[in-house]
Amino acid sequence: MFKDITIGQYIAGKSVVHKLDARLKLILTFLFIIILFVVTKPSSYFFLTLATILVILMTKIPLGYYLKGLKPMLFIIIFTVFINLFLTPGDVVWQLNVFGLTAKITLQGIKMGLIILLRLTLLVCGTSILTLTTSPIMLTDAIEAVLSPLKVIKVPAHEIAMMMSIAIRFIPTIAEEADKIIKAQKARGADFESGNIIMRAKAMIPLLVPLFVSAFRRADELATAMDSRCYHGGANRTRMKQMKLCKTDYMAIIYCGAFIVLVAIIGYIL
Amino acid sequence: MIKTENLTYSYSSYEDEVKKNVFENLNIEIKKGSFTAILGHNGCGKSTLAKHFNAILLPTGGKVYVSGMDTKDEDLVFEIRKDAGMVFQNPDNQIVAAIVEDEVAFAPENLGIPSGEIRKRVDDSLKVVGMSEFSGASTAGLSGGQKQRVAIASILAMEPECIILDEPTAMLDPRGRKEVISTIKMLNENKNITVILITHYMDEAVEADRVIVMHKGNVMMDGEPKEVFSHAEELKGFGLDVPQVTELTHNLIEMGYEIPSDIISIDECADVLIKYLKRGLNQ
Repeated sequence: MFKDITIGQYIAGKSVVHKLDARLKLILTFLFIIILFVVTKPSSYFFLTLATILVILMTKIPLGYYLKGLKPMLFIIIFTVFINLFLTPGDVVWQLNVFGLTAKITLQGIKMGLIILLRLTLLVCGTSILTLTTSPIMLTDAIEAVLSPLKVIKVPAHEIAMMMSIAIRFIPTIAEEADKIIKAQKARGADFESGNIIMRAKAMIPLLVPLFVSAFRRADELATAMDSRCYHGGANRTRMKQMKLCKTDYMAIIYCGAFIVLVAIIGYIL
Repeated sequence: MIKTENLTYSYSSYEDEVKKNVFENLNIEIKKGSFTAILGHNGCGKSTLAKHFNAILLPTGGKVYVSGMDTKDEDLVFEIRKDAGMVFQNPDNQIVAAIVEDEVAFAPENLGIPSGEIRKRVDDSLKVVGMSEFSGASTAGLSGGQKQRVAIASILAMEPECIILDEPTAMLDPRGRKEVISTIKMLNENKNITVILITHYMDEAVEADRVIVMHKGNVMMDGEPKEVFSHAEELKGFGLDVPQVTELTHNLIEMGYEIPSDIISIDECADVLIKYLKRGLNQ
């Protein structure tokens, strides 16, 4: 049941995008999201789509993985597109009267619908690029680095990253244990599969209780083990792997910077 | 290296408000470079004692000194933990990182060592325990014995004088147990690291050069393995077994065979028995 669990969605690879500094990728993804929501002109979206497709091709990861990421979002995307399509006021292109109610599609509606479609699709694809090309460990390190300036206002950047990395580390351990408990309960006649949703949820209790108890015990032991290795939070802590920006990273900064300026100019002129 | 002076530790349980003494006025001295095994039945206080050597638990009475430092001195706590590293029983619950080399780097990172030096220590430590080829591997995919060796390496990266192992083999299969014990022995002999091994496996205690037997918080026996294991009946009284080899030789002696009574290792025993059998054939 838990055997084929994957941590994050990381697909190992050797592409330029994989090699980019994780901090840089994180910041660029944030910028990308902000830009997606700021720009309104169709021409800007054209360029953004083009750029996203280009980066996706550069990752050398099969397109299927990106589509998989879109799947759970499909309903939300279709729903918001329809809302925009039918409810935006403006010049009517097509309308239908059913039982006294009028459904109409406007020119502005089509435009808004398309923009929303692109916005959401690009949003998912853009973040997928980050999670598909960056290992969870690199990602937590990057989060720590990016959040560290906020230490001034008492944001516990190191502690947040440490918590995330420990959580990632314990996913396979806890999954294995859950598997064991399920088997043990099944051997004693527990039924996890049949019945309606409420019955199945109830059947999970004998799984969850021992799992939680053991997770707390593990946490306690881990804390002692960390204590005994002189862990005392982020203060005065050094790192073995230091993140350094290399030539590729600077090139990426230049290209992305140029692209942002381009989109801004196009958005302003057109 | 480690010294306890009238060590007393008590805790009050939640159910009845009576203070329970785990041990009272315990005096133990562990010499630098020695390999000491602490034996005892469940609940004899051996793990509690181990936690005192690392300043995880503090004495309620008396003192514990690690390299001359009083464990009650809060300013010295990191120095003490650096000097006396501790390996725990459950390999899964002491590994912090998802990647082997990150795990080994964890302790030196906490100590604020420069990154180049950490890299060197990580590579060296992994080499010592024979896990170099796994440095980039995921910790989740390792066997129990390998995980414990990584745990030992992660202590070694602090460059400790002493390693305390609290039943490091209790959750391992026989092969993993062998891996861990031979690693510990090698560290003691080649790297001159003081080893304190807490265990209830007699066959592991045989490898040590000093055995301390604890029972209900008291030191009942203390001496070389040969000496301690010759008191088979007494040991059984403390809920402990003697090593299989000792049991065998004792039974043979009782049956009237003339063989030495202080045999504890398998090889030694095999040699003696082969000699005995050959002599029998020649006569």
